[in-house]
Amino acid sequence: MDSLKVAPDLRVSIGDLSFANPVMTASGTFGYAKEFNDFVQLDRLGAVAVKGISLEPRAGNPPPRVVETPAGMLNAIGLENVGVARFISDKMPFLRGCKCRVIVNILGDSIEEYARLSEKLTGVAGIDGLEVNISCPNVKKGGVAFGTVPEMAQAVTKSVKGATDLPVIVKLSPNVSDIVAMAQAVADGGADALSLINTLIGMAIDTKTRTPKLANIIGGLSGPAVKPVALRMVWQVASNVSIPVIGIGGIGTAEDAVEFLIAGATAIQVGTANFYNPGATEAIIDGISDYLVEQGQASVRDIIGSLKVGN
Amino acid sequence: MPQFQEKSIVVTSERLSESYFRLVLESPRIAAQAQPGQFVMAACGSTLDPLLRRPFSIHRCLGDGTLHLLIKIVGKGTKLLADLEPGESCDLLGPLGKGFTLDPDKVSGLVGGGVGIAPLLFLVEQTNARYPQHQALHVFLGGQTGDDIRQLGQEFEQIGASVSLATDDGSLGMQGLVTQPFEEALGTLQQVFVCGPMAMMAATATLCQQANVPCQVSLESHMACGLGACLGCTVHGADGNYRHVCKHGPVLPAEEIAWIR
Ligand SMILES: Cc1cc2nc3c(=O)[nH]c(=O)nc-3n(C[C@H](O)[C@H](O)[C@H](O)COP(=O)(O)OP(=O)(O)OC[C@H]3O[C@@H](n4cnc5c(N)ncnc54)[C@H](O)[C@@H]3O)c2cc1C
Ligand SMILES: Cc1cc2nc3c(=O)[nH]c(=O)nc-3n(C[C@H](O)[C@H](O)[C@H](O)COP(=O)(O)O)c2cc1C
Ligand code: FES
Repeated sequence: MDSLKVAPDLRVSIGDLSFANPVMTASGTFGYAKEFNDFVQLDRLGAVAVKGISLEPRAGNPPPRVVETPAGMLNAIGLENVGVARFISDKMPFLRGCKCRVIVNILGDSIEEYARLSEKLTGVAGIDGLEVNISCPNVKKGGVAFGTVPEMAQAVTKSVKGATDLPVIVKLSPNVSDIVAMAQAVADGGADALSLINTLIGMAIDTKTRTPKLANIIGGLSGPAVKPVALRMVWQVASNVSIPVIGIGGIGTAEDAVEFLIAGATAIQVGTANFYNPGATEAIIDGISDYLVEQGQASVRDIIGSLKVGN
Repeated sequence: MPQFQEKSIVVTSERLSESYFRLVLESPRIAAQAQPGQFVMAACGSTLDPLLRRPFSIHRCLGDGTLHLLIKIVGKGTKLLADLEPGESCDLLGPLGKGFTLDPDKVSGLVGGGVGIAPLLFLVEQTNARYPQHQALHVFLGGQTGDDIRQLGQEFEQIGASVSLATDDGSLGMQGLVTQPFEEALGTLQQVFVCGPMAMMAATATLCQQANVPCQVSLESHMACGLGACLGCTVHGADGNYRHVCKHGPVLPAEEIAWIR
């Protein structure tokens, strides 16, 4: 009696924040959501993580900024964004009208900038959480990325936590030798959750001209090519750190998403797949539901961290 | 303006030359909204290689629910599209971006280089349909070789445009750059529309600026989304700010672009 079957429960929560389902969009790949309004029922999404916002507008890098690589792409957008003031005045009104959760991704040059940004976003109606991009250079420390030194990552986390009462998700960079140490440092700094991975630093060369394909020379790799690396990191972090993990990296299908959930992710974000398949998020929500029915599971929470490893 | 994701069925695929072909797709929702100068993002194949969609100008919409693309084979994605057979499908997003704005009371010059000719046929056909009194359309087409542009030139003539041709190898029209016949005629033109290689657009834009004739250019850039979301498709603006080709363009006033850097 298929028609009587109860739809599986897709709800998940991160701390006190509940989500209708575990499917979110990844920062920088979904604009400010409006761009996808004709292709996706935004109200169905678990959450939208918007393009990274800084205190002041940023122009970003010169072109070319994107290049395709096998089953992936490199980007060097250079964190172009409208700045926090215009984000609140121009972009929030639309986002506020969406039923899905809104997570604001933030970035800064200094620990102080992260704190000031967090203060400005706190109390703005419609914002449900902050996601802290720590893959940016710390200008005061010679441009070393915050996310590559545990002490710096922890200091950013503490300063954001001190500046807001919104849930704080810290987004980890995969360009480190020990992802678990980084995750632990951030958790100890008070983060409510972790999201990973950001892009892997990569490069592509035009052999005809012997020039880099990106004007910035190097850029961030994303898309299906990075999935095994992301999955491994999510599994290691979820197995060793007690706060919830949001899995990101190469997710394009429900099967991919379920792998991350089994590995221990409480939720997932879809990035590059939005570009080649703008309806990917909705298909993933439906596909997770179908998987749960097939597996006879009543709730998505029953599969989170359900990886079976040999005796 | 609504945008659509539409699984479009191939009606015909016609080879025009060694590397040029024309794909006619059944795409009623996109075709009904499309304006000359707008583009679609086409999924090439169904695997992860190539991963990203490819942008193509809308070449023609004849009001019968079909959408035509004029494509030059340059790599993997365009090769896969060339292999599509009638009855097979291709997933399109569109119509995207901002198109041309034509003043029907002015004498128009259209300059197309290579596959950049694509959006110009749509512009002429729509102008003819909307403003039957507007007869003053001069088309300047450039190509590497005659085979690439012969049929296109005839099609423009059939719909009443005056056509000047130039080819690199001199196999059709005059030998040399299309900017030469264009420059000779520029004195008679009041508005100019250009699409083609960057160097050709820069030369045309400069000539128009010197002659004080407004010029609109259709730009290219590497695109990941085509929707204004990835911020990947930037070009340098004359004012020092970037423009996003998929959102602010692809058609922009020539004076907004930093041509020489
Ligand atoms: C708004 C817009 C409209 C376009 N309209 C048309 C059209 O009507 N007909 C047509 O044939 N082509 C058009 N193009 C160019 C077309 O998108 C590229 O030729 C196509 O993406 C190449 O794909 P590929 O997989 O075959 O080549 P790839 O294997 O990706 O690349 C082959 C070569 O083409 C270059 N290339 C790739 N993408 C682009 C690009 N976006 N712009 C310029 N060079 C590129 C690469 O650098 C490489 O040298 C348009 C581009 C834009 C941005
Ligand atoms: C074009 C582009 C822009 C991005 N911008 C941001 C950003 O502003 N902030 C951020 O934290 N991550 C950004 N990312 C990283 C993604 O959110 C995501 O972590 C990464 O792409 C891996 O997921 P994917 O393989 O599903 O794309 C960006 C990625 C891409 C491709
Ligand atoms: S192609 Fe993504 S913003 Fe223009």
